[in-house]
Amino acid sequence: MSASVAHLLPRPSASRVVLRWVLGFGAFAYFVYLLWLFDFDRIFTGLPKLWVIVRLMIDWSRFAEWDHAELIRSMVETVAMAFLGTFLAVIIALPLSFLGARNIVPSWVFRFLTRRIFDGCRGLDQFIWALVFVRAVGLGPIAGILAIMVAETGVLAKLFAEAIENIDTKQVDGIRSTGASRIAELRYGVVPQILPVLISQALYSIESNSREATILGLVGAGGIGLRLSERIQINAWDQVAYVIVLILITVATIDTISRWLRLRLIGGPSRRS
Amino acid sequence: MTSADPAWQLFEQRFGAMRRARRTETLLIFVILGLLFAVSAVWTDFSPGRVLEGVPRIGEYFDKLFSIQPSQSAQPEAVLAWSHLFGGVKEPQSIAYWFYRFNVYAALLWQTIQMAILATVLGYCAAFALAFSAARTLTANRGVVFVTRRMLELMRTIPQVVLAFIFVWPFGIGPLAGILAIAIHTAGSLGKLFSELNENADLRPVEGIRSAGGSWLAQMRYGVVPQMLPGFLSYGLLRFEINVRSSTIIGFVGAGGIGQELKRVIGFNIYEEVSAICILILLIVVAIDLLSERVRHRLIGALV
Repeated sequence: MSASVAHLLPRPSASRVVLRWVLGFGAFAYFVYLLWLFDFDRIFTGLPKLWVIVRLMIDWSRFAEWDHAELIRSMVETVAMAFLGTFLAVIIALPLSFLGARNIVPSWVFRFLTRRIFDGCRGLDQFIWALVFVRAVGLGPIAGILAIMVAETGVLAKLFAEAIENIDTKQVDGIRSTGASRIAELRYGVVPQILPVLISQALYSIESNSREATILGLVGAGGIGLRLSERIQINAWDQVAYVIVLILITVATIDTISRWLRLRLIGGPSRRS
Repeated sequence: MTSADPAWQLFEQRFGAMRRARRTETLLIFVILGLLFAVSAVWTDFSPGRVLEGVPRIGEYFDKLFSIQPSQSAQPEAVLAWSHLFGGVKEPQSIAYWFYRFNVYAALLWQTIQMAILATVLGYCAAFALAFSAARTLTANRGVVFVTRRMLELMRTIPQVVLAFIFVWPFGIGPLAGILAIAIHTAGSLGKLFSELNENADLRPVEGIRSAGGSWLAQMRYGVVPQMLPGFLSYGLLRFEINVRSSTIIGFVGAGGIGQELKRVIGFNIYEEVSAICILILLIVVAIDLLSERVRHRLIGALV
C-alpha cells in the first residue's frame, strides 16, 4: 500500500489495536500452555516408535497366512449392522418427527418434550450407547445395531422434523380443501415434500454409520472393530494395516453406491457431505 | 368433455400407464429394501425374538443405572427422592450423594474440553495450510492438487478411535494420543471443506494481486484469505462441537479424557456413577453446542 492512499483506509482506534494484541497474545499463551499441559514433547520420543510401527505395517510378506475369511465376514457384518441400525432408525424417526414438528403438533409442552428426547438420544455418542447395550444385551452385533438405532433416531427425527416444518403449506391446504382425512393430508400433502430429504438423509446416515460401526467392535458390539482391536493388542501391525485398508475400501464403495443412488432417486447433489 | 372424448381417453391411458410404472418402481424399491433387511438380519443374527428377549434386560440395566444400594445388605432404591433431594454427600438419594465424585468428573470434563480445543486448533492450522494446494482453481499444478486431496482423504477416513488406539503405543497412554488422532481427523475433514470454500472464491482479487506482481503466497494471503475467513472460522467452531463429542469417547482406548473414567465405572458396574457421568457428558455436549451456535451466528454477523 503506497503512502498516498494509506490515509484513506479506515484506521482502527488505538484501544482496539491494543485489545487485539492482548487477545492474540492471550490466545497464543493459552495454546502454549495446552501444549505443555499435554506433554507435547512426548511427540519427539514417540515419532521414532511410530516410524517403527509404520514400517511393520507396510510389510505384507505374510499376506497368505492371514485369516481373510474371518476378516471379510466381520466387514460384511459391520455393513449389515449399519444398514439395519439405520433402517430401524428411519422407521422409528419418521412417526416421531411428526410429533416434534411445530406445524403438525401445536402443543408447546408436548413438542418440547419430544425434542428433548431427540437431544438425549443424539447427545450421547453411538460408542457410549454401544457400551451400555453391550452390558444390557451381551456381546455381539445386536448391541451395535441397537446403539446405531438409538443414536441415529435422535439425529434423523430432528432433521425430519425440521424438514416438515419447512414444507410448503399450499399442498396441504389443497388436499384439505378436497375434504380429505388428516392421515391423507399427511400422506399426500407432507410426505411427498419431505421424501427427497428423507432419502438423502437416510443414505447419508448409512454412509456415516458404516464408518462409525467399524469402531463399535472395540467395545464388543460386533463387526470389524473387534478383529482390529485384537490385532492392535497383539501388535500384529501388518494385519492392522490390512484391516484399515479393508475399511477404507468398504467405506469408499458404500459412498460411491450411495452417491449413485442419491443421483438416481432425487437427481440432486447431497445435502450434507 | 365426456369420457368418450378421444383426448380424454388418451389422457386416462397415459395417466394409468405412468401410475402403474410408478407403482412398480416403488414396489421394486420396497422389495429390494426388504431383501437387504432380511440378508442383514440373518448375517447379524438379528431376530425379533432375540430383541424381545433383550428388552427386559435393557430395562433392568437402565433401572440399575438409576438406583443405588447404600450398603451391601440394603435393598436397591431410586437414586433420587424428593425427601432427600438437597441432602449432604452422606445422605443417600440426594443429588450430592449421586454426584459425590463431582470434582473428579469436573476435572476430567475440563481436560476433555481442553483436549478438544487443542486438537481443533492443531487440525485447523494443518487444514488451513493444506486447503490452498487442494483447491483446483488456486493451484495450477494438477499433481500437487491430487496428492494433497488424497492425503486429506486418508486423514479423514481412518476412524479416529482406531488412530488413537494405534497412537497409544508410540506416544503412551494419555491425552496426547487422543489429541493427535482427533487433530489428524480434523485436518482431513476441515481441509476438504476449506478447499471447497476456496474453489468458490472470487478470483478477481487474486488476479489483481498477480497483476501487481504478488507471489503465490501473497495472492492467497491478500486475495483469498480475507474472503474466506468467516467461513473458515464458522466451520472451525462447528468442528469444535464435533471434537468435544469425540474427546468424550477417545478415552476408551486409553487416550485421556472422561471416556477413560466412564470405561472404568462401566467395567466395574458402578451403576449410579455410569448414569452420573453420562448425564454430565450430555449436559456439557448440549451446552457447548448452544454456546458455539451463538458465537457462530455473531461471528458471521460481525465479519460479513
